[in-house]
Amino acid sequence: MISTTETIAAISTAMTNSGIGIVRISGDEAVSIIKKIFRPFKEKDIEEAGTFTVHYGSIVDGETVLDEVLVLIMRAPHTYTREDTVEIDCHGGIFVIRKILELVLRSGARPAEPGEFTKRAFLNGRIDLSQAEAVIDLINAENDYALKSAVTQLKGSVSARIRDLRSTLLEKIAYIEAALDDPEHIEMEGFGEELLPVVEDSRRQIEELIETADNGRIMKEGIKTVIVGKPNVGKSSLLNALLGFNRAIVTDIAGTTRDTLEESISLGDISLNIIDTAGIRDTEDVIEKIGVDKAREVAMDADLIVFLLDSSKPLDEDDRQIMEMIKGRKAIVLINKTDLPRQADTEGLLEGLGCPVIETSITENVGIDEFVKAVKEMFYNGEIDFNNQVFITNARQKAALYSASESLKRTADSIENELSEDFYTIDMMDAYESLGQVIGEAIEDDLADEIFSKFCMGK
Amino acid sequence: MAVLKEEYDIVVVGAGHAGCEAALASARLGMKTIMFTVSVDSIALMPCNPNIGGSSKGHLVKELDALGGEMGKNIDKTFIQSRMLNTSKGPAVHSLRAQADKQDYSREMRKTLENTENLTIRQAEVSEIITENGEVKGVKTFSGAEYAARAVVLATGTYLKARCIYGEVCNYTGPNGLQAANHLSESLESNGIPLRRFKTGTPARVDGRSIDYSKMFEQKGDDPIVPFSFSTDPKDIQKEQVSCWLTYTTPETHRIIRENIDRSPLFSGSIKGTGPRYCPSIEDKVVKFPDKEKHQIFIEPEGNYTNEMYLSGMSSSLPEDVQYEMYKTLPGLENVRIVRNAYAIEYDCVNANQIKANLEFKHISGLFSAGQLNGSSGYEEAAAQGLMAGINAARKLQGKESIILDRSQAYIGVLIDDLITKENTEPYRMMTSRAEYRLLLRQDNADLRLSEIGHEVGLIDDERYEYVKYKKKKIAETVERLKNVLIGANQATQTVLAQWGSSSLKTGSNLAELISRPELDYEKLKSLDPEWEDLPQDIIEQINIEIKYEGYIARQEKQVENFKRVEGRLLSEDIDYKSIKGLRLEAGQKLDMFKPRSIGQASRISGVTPADIAVLLIYLSGNK
Repeated sequence: MISTTETIAAISTAMTNSGIGIVRISGDEAVSIIKKIFRPFKEKDIEEAGTFTVHYGSIVDGETVLDEVLVLIMRAPHTYTREDTVEIDCHGGIFVIRKILELVLRSGARPAEPGEFTKRAFLNGRIDLSQAEAVIDLINAENDYALKSAVTQLKGSVSARIRDLRSTLLEKIAYIEAALDDPEHIEMEGFGEELLPVVEDSRRQIEELIETADNGRIMKEGIKTVIVGKPNVGKSSLLNALLGFNRAIVTDIAGTTRDTLEESISLGDISLNIIDTAGIRDTEDVIEKIGVDKAREVAMDADLIVFLLDSSKPLDEDDRQIMEMIKGRKAIVLINKTDLPRQADTEGLLEGLGCPVIETSITENVGIDEFVKAVKEMFYNGEIDFNNQVFITNARQKAALYSASESLKRTADSIENELSEDFYTIDMMDAYESLGQVIGEAIEDDLADEIFSKFCMGK
Repeated sequence: MAVLKEEYDIVVVGAGHAGCEAALASARLGMKTIMFTVSVDSIALMPCNPNIGGSSKGHLVKELDALGGEMGKNIDKTFIQSRMLNTSKGPAVHSLRAQADKQDYSREMRKTLENTENLTIRQAEVSEIITENGEVKGVKTFSGAEYAARAVVLATGTYLKARCIYGEVCNYTGPNGLQAANHLSESLESNGIPLRRFKTGTPARVDGRSIDYSKMFEQKGDDPIVPFSFSTDPKDIQKEQVSCWLTYTTPETHRIIRENIDRSPLFSGSIKGTGPRYCPSIEDKVVKFPDKEKHQIFIEPEGNYTNEMYLSGMSSSLPEDVQYEMYKTLPGLENVRIVRNAYAIEYDCVNANQIKANLEFKHISGLFSAGQLNGSSGYEEAAAQGLMAGINAARKLQGKESIILDRSQAYIGVLIDDLITKENTEPYRMMTSRAEYRLLLRQDNADLRLSEIGHEVGLIDDERYEYVKYKKKKIAETVERLKNVLIGANQATQTVLAQWGSSSLKTGSNLAELISRPELDYEKLKSLDPEWEDLPQDIIEQINIEIKYEGYIARQEKQVENFKRVEGRLLSEDIDYKSIKGLRLEAGQKLDMFKPRSIGQASRISGVTPADIAVLLIYLSGNK
């Protein structure tokens, strides 16, 4: 028997040393637990407190004061989980927050499992399954675009696109099925020719959605960026300038290989994950030290290559090799040091690369805004209205879309191989079901388990 | 007052297509059985269309035959024309349909019933079911006689409080003017079985001498004829066949219908029952599809004993005079004489959500229900349920587990699952699109799929089962062998390929790969196969299908695995759905009402959403 009456608790903010953190408690016992460990500065009975009230006081473990906190009391049913919910706003850093959580757990709550708050919200009818899924992305959203995408999905723009596709398919399936069941009344002569473009168009639309999945990844994880160029061309100045743009490094992420490091820089709307090789701060001499080959290897994996040229020196073989490498890739060329006399003759060399070329003087802060604008334009065409754009940001949805696309491919093959119509619907029905899985309109045995296991701790 | 009292194991109420199969299965399984009918002369009556089979219904008959039912054998004895439909399509949707000689069909079935041990036929109207503490104890007839029984199968068809309507005329009779059963409804309702009204209709029968066939298109039967029953030797049934005829409605027909539509009881509101969308009356077709200039009408013989012809596609409840007027507008029917009017019929039936997958009522032990009473339509759908109800009633009394076919095993499984799981608001007709795994559920392999079950039940004899086992083995061995017969791209090969218009081989291949080419098959490649065997046709057919559609079949088999996984997650009957937190109120009520056997079945209940299923899954996993 499911018991959602057990009271659960977790730290529901990121475990960083930001100093501020929230411990959330949800369940029937939430308020009585806080009563045991909270001493309000103003004499009052916290158990009598109304919903949506904030109380100032301290958390005490016996006689020991752990932290000065704000306590928010929210009464069922108007809470995220639809259960009584208490949030403790603490200020004492990770160590203290953990202490407070331990105290809460000792006082009658049990630790929440990953995603359990949202699971309860779902179980208690607060949100539906597809919304629950979008919440994952909301939680994980690292920048404004990702956030907007998750919100759009909550509103159902993905659903609307998919529903359209499904209804088109269903209509065609229905026609074939009707003709099979009533062969004497419904003619199917030449139907394959009529169907093929519809199948192909649907498939194209699905492929488009899959592409947005890649954009979705970029939005969530940031644009994998590598800066290339000869020594002393201004790479670290660019890095510093970009850091200054936002005045903070958001996170340091250890890379998958030991000798690389990603620095995530938020440019407001989007993030750049600048892939740095170990020791980039010791020597700028990437090309010399690890050679063009290594740069190529790093660049292969990148979403964006930023190529810096020194306009004050003549172009040499290294520059030409790098130009060769970035051909056909998403790249931006910065002709730096325009404050110095021009020596580099780029005439006729850069046009063929098909990427933006910006003249900069990084040290003089010239051209940085243009560079940021170019990045945004490159990845979002600069004009995307995120309220209308449909993005697929979730791996499960992406897999379902792939399988829908595959099914439609097989349908097209069946048509081209002149199999009879009853074979078309086998794969079309599969595509229909896969699309249903994207929006939660078809059953997958462990759909719920999968979703909920993806939630991070807390909401 | 002294009343007649008798004792039986099983009582079957009704002698239509469901009742006959139920009674035969029960008696053949050793149960002392009595079958009631309001008229012994109407046993296995075909009051509507004069044919058996057709798209997906043909599948049902083949499956029923593989399980040991009678319908397939009976139509093989009594057909007057036979056609395999959809032959230009894949093997999954090939469907056999035979025109029956209606009286022969009825008579042959009666003969079989009368010669079955343990089976008593009795003409009487059953007016009451007797129950005690949620268990059925027998039935009472209108005359007051009591028949004790340990199980009762209800197969009342369209007879419960039946009402036949055309125009302003309304007769309180069953089909064909037969006596309706007016008393049982009350007894069912007082036993906590709510009833509802469904409606169906039938077209007119006309005098064949008044038809000008020269204005119509002739439709002949197949040559050679394929039998329905796996036990019928095709050689024994090749015979002269009669023709059906095709004509069309005209703009004039449509005008007459539109002008008189207010006189149709369907539109005036005098018929309240829900009719089937897939079998609309001609006035329905004209009103709902105003753009269609003409509708096909097939003229089908009712039998060799009569010149009556059935106007397929023209069922109607318009008044007699309008019927006459409209029929006369069809090419070939200008001078038509009606023998019997078209009419609509309204009747009581149960909502099958009260019934378990073994066709037993959830709240009355030993009471089974089959056929149109369960909200289905069609002879074949009825017969399939009758057979399963008969088998399961007998097995219950023998203390054996019910036979429940799932959606991946048989159309019969799909039929029953749909009936008991879906919110059916109109009479339910089988369709191939309802079967998710139809490439596996072909009419040609019904024996391979189901004979083992039929044999285990005791309705398929050893000899027939031995053949099926041999057949299965032979198919598997031969397919495997053909994959290993290597074929070189030599002159001998190219000559054979050229002979059948198949492109020449560039590199070596194997026989199976060649057979998978649309233009080739097992027999055509005889000369390339050193170990070629002259196998029976039914085995060769399976070999060809398995090789040609291997990829598709493999994919459906994979889907079935997934299906079985969800289907295998069983739900206990004692779950209190209303108490599960997170289930929407509607879902809780639905699940409580249907008491699904598994997560799979729960997911198919109308009104239960994926989110509800997710809640159920979380519930099952014990709130981890």
